[in-house]
Amino acid sequence: MPDSSEKPLMIELRGVNKWFGDFQALRSIDLEVRLGERVVVCGPSGSGKSTMIRCMNRLERHEEGTIIIDGIELTDDMKNVTAVRREVGMVFQQFNLFPHLTVLDNLMLAPLRSRKLPKNEAREIAMHYLERVRIPEQAEKYPGQLSGGQQQRVAIARSLCMKPRIMLFDEPTSALDPEMIKEVLDTMVELAEDGMTMVVVTHEMGFAKTVADSMVFMDEGEIVEAATPADFFSAPKSERTKTFLSQILIH
Amino acid sequence: MSDRSAPPPPRPRTLKFGIVDVIVIAAVLGLFAFIIYRVNTVLVYNWDFGRIIPNYLFRWDSERERWVTNLLIQGLITTVRISIWGMLLASIIGLIMGVFRVSNVLFLRVLSRGYVELIRNIPPVVFLFVFFFFISSQILGPLELADQARNAPAGVQTVIRFLFGELRVLPNFFAALIALALFEAAYITELVRAGIQSIEKGQWEAARSVGLSPFHVMRYVILPQAIQRITPPLANQFITLIKDSALISLISVQDLTFMGVEISNSTQRLFETWITVAVMYFVISYSLALAFGRLEKRLKAGYR
Ligand SMILES: Nc1ncnc2c1ncn2[C@@H]1O[C@H](COP(=O)(O)OP(=O)(O)O)[C@@H](O)[C@H]1O
Ligand SMILES: [Mg+2]
Repeated sequence: MPDSSEKPLMIELRGVNKWFGDFQALRSIDLEVRLGERVVVCGPSGSGKSTMIRCMNRLERHEEGTIIIDGIELTDDMKNVTAVRREVGMVFQQFNLFPHLTVLDNLMLAPLRSRKLPKNEAREIAMHYLERVRIPEQAEKYPGQLSGGQQQRVAIARSLCMKPRIMLFDEPTSALDPEMIKEVLDTMVELAEDGMTMVVVTHEMGFAKTVADSMVFMDEGEIVEAATPADFFSAPKSERTKTFLSQILIH
Repeated sequence: MSDRSAPPPPRPRTLKFGIVDVIVIAAVLGLFAFIIYRVNTVLVYNWDFGRIIPNYLFRWDSERERWVTNLLIQGLITTVRISIWGMLLASIIGLIMGVFRVSNVLFLRVLSRGYVELIRNIPPVVFLFVFFFFISSQILGPLELADQARNAPAGVQTVIRFLFGELRVLPNFFAALIALALFEAAYITELVRAGIQSIEKGQWEAARSVGLSPFHVMRYVILPQAIQRITPPLANQFITLIKDSALISLISVQDLTFMGVEISNSTQRLFETWITVAVMYFVISYSLALAFGRLEKRLKAGYR
């Protein structure tokens, strides 16, 4: 996208390497994501997709290379890490809602404790985002009383309550029953339409085609191919990408 | 989805009376009959609960013309008092040490681990004596708690007496309290550690990813869930604390056991005294168990 290169860099990975013991999970990863850009990451299981996006908010520590998020470099300095985490929301495959708190308290926790907002303001923000994911009537329930799709939408709302500049999604629909996938994807499409910078790990190729500005294909800890969706789906360059696409588009 | 919130079906209770039940009940009754027979015929023991025990619970104060508590009830109050303070203090120490056990800071991990291992490998009585004769005489002795309390205004004295008991044995009470709390807290430490470690990785990650500080992650996400999970063994530990508190009679704190020794010595009524004391311990321990059972149900009803 020629015009998007004018926009500021939100995520910048340069030569990132990461090991789990002897096993190298990420191999010299380079990636740039600009403001408002939507990147979809795909690749076979175990290829390092989760590891890569978890490095972006330092749930995993990278050993080599540079990661700069919205101008802040991720280092061992906890101040930087916390600053980045306030700007970056993350949605997990397993939702990871706090089961001992009501939906509303799940949403209010970070605004109250991390942003130190007064209670009524935190509640306002929470209700605002619950309405956006269209489940304000569930505010007083506990996560265990909701369906999977509702839980994942609450999880998205919980991240949005920190007013993040970037949202990371790690296979947000993989743990859902098929009939609930759409409601979560719809929420994500709306978010994309509002201009949120997003990195999404997913195998939902329909979603990728609608919202992605660029596709990233990973295998064995490397970024094998990065291209616009049009090029990626119609003319993949590498053999590995072709094989992967043929497998995933069949089912 | 309604089936998610539905409670699990209750486990069917077997009320059927089998041959095994009959044998067990017969054996228990037989044992009791044998003991009573031995006591009555071999020892030729005259049971006398009526004249002695009630007097030691409450007695008539002829000067003030009203009933006042006597030794057994006073002992019971001391036991309850030290148990409540003990649970409070042990919970605080156990919580802090339990969090230290999983800390990123090596020194804190070593400290808490050392503490737990030290306590777990010393008999409670020995720990109590070591603590009382060496540590508390050095630390609490110079503070002269008893003297200071006696010089305090009358109102303050009443409050102190209500909270901690007789001023004269205040140093003993505090030494006993701290020793008991330190002892039980080692076990609570391990419960807290296990509870924290049982929380799924995803909870930590979600809490961190919304920008909570390590303290807030622990305080608002991990500990509430961990404590809920360890409530049953925690209740057990509190009951153990009540029972272990009998040891403090050895350093002259006038608890229920101490009073039991006094009364059985002076009246020579061993059976009556100790059976009464046993019943009194049973009542407080069992009430606590019931209370915790209720609490647990309430917590469970809260979510999931
Ligand atoms: N905490 C960990 N410890 C050891 N190995 C890990 C850990 N997390 C991931 N891995 C390994 O790293 C590789 C990449 O994992 P991951 O990033 O989860 O892959 P993906 O998300 O693409 O399926 C896998 O081989 C996985 O086994
Ligand atoms: Mg993954």
